[in-house]
Amino acid sequence: MTVQNLIDDFSLEVLCGGADAAQKEVTGGYCGDLLSWVMSKAQEGDCWLTVMGNVNSIGVAVMTDVACILLTENAAFDEDAKLRAEQNGVIVLRSSENAFDLAVKIAEKL
Amino acid sequence: MTPYNLVNLSALMGMEAIALTDHNSCMNCGAAMRAGAEAGITVIPGMELCTSEEVHVVCLFEELKAAEEFSDYVLSTMPPIKNRPEIFGTQLIMDETDKVLGSQDILLTAASGISIGSVEKLVDGYGGVCYPAHIDRSSYSVISNLGMITEEMGFEVAEVSPMGNVDDLIEKHPILGRMKILTSSDAHRLDALPPANLSLHTDNNIKSIIRHLKNR
Repeated sequence: MTVQNLIDDFSLEVLCGGADAAQKEVTGGYCGDLLSWVMSKAQEGDCWLTVMGNVNSIGVAVMTDVACILLTENAAFDEDAKLRAEQNGVIVLRSSENAFDLAVKIAEKL
Repeated sequence: MTPYNLVNLSALMGMEAIALTDHNSCMNCGAAMRAGAEAGITVIPGMELCTSEEVHVVCLFEELKAAEEFSDYVLSTMPPIKNRPEIFGTQLIMDETDKVLGSQDILLTAASGISIGSVEKLVDGYGGVCYPAHIDRSSYSVISNLGMITEEMGFEVAEVSPMGNVDDLIEKHPILGRMKILTSSDAHRLDALPPANLSLHTDNNIKSIIRHLKNR
């Protein structure tokens, strides 16, 4: 499935990122908030579920080539993070649901 | 922000003592201390350690050698993730005239393997003092990441950012009422350096400042 399918299927809020980024293929998922763990464990193509919406999260998304960042439980998304995400073509989505509930539903679709 | 510029601008702004606390590294402290000796300002060797829980802890040392040994130890606990300069910038090591001596390839923004519960004793063993950084902030702070400060962590001091409301913090976390509260600039750029604004009632030398913070 693509990031766009994810957005449509789960009515996700798109905080940042254009049509190009939305065409990326989602091949897996990773849940985590400690950036060092994510940095060394998340895989290319993952949908990364987290509450960390700061500027360093964008750096981690670029390093790991995840398909998108999905902020859970309406977590905050910083202004400087948005700027960095735009510069790097990182798509950032948001949902009011928690990571567990979202991950279960996303896993069913993959 | 380079050692020579940092030290000399701080001196111009009226500061008598500063601490250089790079992220997970003390490799620029020697340069800053030598520049400080020239400029007539005390430079305390230090580090902003990122614990395994991604909590930032300021570590200050009496001796440069101990700081550098601590720095080597911290590096040995870091995950072997290479820096990507296009994302995080280069991690330069400089001399006291800002000449580039080299760079660190391991990504220093990653978390070390040192836990919040072990850091106070560890730093004390290197002749230093440490305290949780910017505890009012929503990221990389002991309160945001762990929800509380406990006696067992062993901290005598806590740092609050200039935007923090100390009274509110003490009300929510009574343990802070028994701790020394410092406000530091946490300046990451030269233009964020504030005028001198923190007074410690102690002699202006590294040993006295560290002992003052340790209540010894």
